Amino acid sequence: MQPPPIYDSAQLIPHALQELKEAVRYRHLLFQLVRRDILTRYKRSFLGVAWTMLSPLGMMLVLSFVFSNVFGATRGFPAYILSGLMAWNFFSQSTTGAMSSLVWGGGLLQRIYIPRAAFGLSAIGSGIINLVLAFVPLVIVMLVSGTPIRITAAFMPISLFLLACFTLGLGLAISTLAVYFPDVAEMYQIILLAWMYLTPIIYPESVLPAKYQLILHLNPMYYLVKLWRLPLYDGRWPTWGEFWPAAAIAIGMLLVGWFFFTSKSDEFAYRI
Amino acid sequence: MVEERIPHREPFIHLEDVSVRYRVPSERIGTFKEYLIRRLKRQVQMRTFWALKGINVDVYRGEIFGFVGDNGAGKSTLLKVVARVLRPTKGRVIVTGKVAPLLELGAGFHPELTGKENIFLNGALLGFSHHEMLEKYDRIVDFSELSEFINAPIRTYSTGMYARLGFAVATAYEPDVLIVDEILGVGDETFRKKCEARIKEFCQRGTSILLVSHNMDMIEGMCQRAAWLDHGILQFMGEPSQVVRAYREKER
Repeated sequence: MQPPPIYDSAQLIPHALQELKEAVRYRHLLFQLVRRDILTRYKRSFLGVAWTMLSPLGMMLVLSFVFSNVFGATRGFPAYILSGLMAWNFFSQSTTGAMSSLVWGGGLLQRIYIPRAAFGLSAIGSGIINLVLAFVPLVIVMLVSGTPIRITAAFMPISLFLLACFTLGLGLAISTLAVYFPDVAEMYQIILLAWMYLTPIIYPESVLPAKYQLILHLNPMYYLVKLWRLPLYDGRWPTWGEFWPAAAIAIGMLLVGWFFFTSKSDEFAYRI
Repeated sequence: MVEERIPHREPFIHLEDVSVRYRVPSERIGTFKEYLIRRLKRQVQMRTFWALKGINVDVYRGEIFGFVGDNGAGKSTLLKVVARVLRPTKGRVIVTGKVAPLLELGAGFHPELTGKENIFLNGALLGFSHHEMLEKYDRIVDFSELSEFINAPIRTYSTGMYARLGFAVATAYEPDVLIVDEILGVGDETFRKKCEARIKEFCQRGTSILLVSHNMDMIEGMCQRAAWLDHGILQFMGEPSQVVRAYREKER
């Protein structure tokens, strides 16, 4: 028999570290929450989980039809759009999911102890599963549109990891804000829309006039989406200069989000 | 003193000068803009409110301890402090062992999932792995008497069925501390008897139980000790019948 766990409220562990320890201890809960997300999302729909693959495909069809005349010269345009869209959808859906599941889970947080970051972590977890499933239509589109899949795709786990770190960090930060200011949720949707158009997702970077290059380089998602597309769509290894800004932004955002979230999370139980 | 009659001397729950302060804005500030403007003008007024003041309680192994008091007296806050939901603003809480809160049964259930899926989800919320839940699964289904409906989504369940499943999951294993907050009001008479029997069984095996109820018969009938809370202050602690009498006298 292992000794019973002892909870002592006066233990002096920094909150950020404590939360990390508890998240590891409650890993089964994370698994269950991800499972719940995936199961319930499409439970009542006829095509079920297939929608994870069909919806980005549908969006890609619409966008490439609409924009093919404008940016038509881009090689393998549908593959370009779909690869960017995948990364963007993961980012926007997971951050929104982290926020809404914390507010939804508020009722639970008032009743039992669970690590508060569990909701954010599980939102990222379900996002990653949806993202991985979306590779199926992407590979098909790449083959059809004549974009070769190269060995550089082996870099994708690193790109994915960094994108997930950034997404988690931002998701935790905005969900903390959403606890105190309910209209953050609405505001964030508008910000996301503007942000998407400021990031080269549905248009190639080259169409931007030189005067907008500064804005582009101030946009953290620019570096992460680029790191995502390089090994996949462009089929080449990222250079050091392309890698380190993305890595620094991702890890930095994760730390900021995690510390901000855990410094406030003791109040969540009565503020949600 | 009452404490001498308790067989096991080790406190499972130790509350030492525990105070909890809620800090909420006195008016709802909905928008960022408003917040920033007020912040700059230093108009963000926080209302502070002590929900618990200097509580000292020790609950021993195998003891059923009851709390009585009016609504808003701090009973639920106290349970939340023990359950780790709230951190005390002052003082210290030490809880030995696994805590199972029975605060509102089935709070973590998802209506679209089946009873079976919800059992595993709820188990995970209480900190159990899939494997541990698998061992307990049959017992849970037996106790809840829901085996016919276990693969139906629980949005089709009645309130009583909900509560039965919640109780069965929360008590499927042996917690060291069980927190029961006014839940035995749901469900029919038979089910309530069954729950009470289960609670007594736990206590014989050494679980400490914290019980909050407005049902004075239940406090007197089940608890070994009790306490009366009023406006966050512990007014009286001791023999349940004395506590109930003191509480009732105050009411008049």
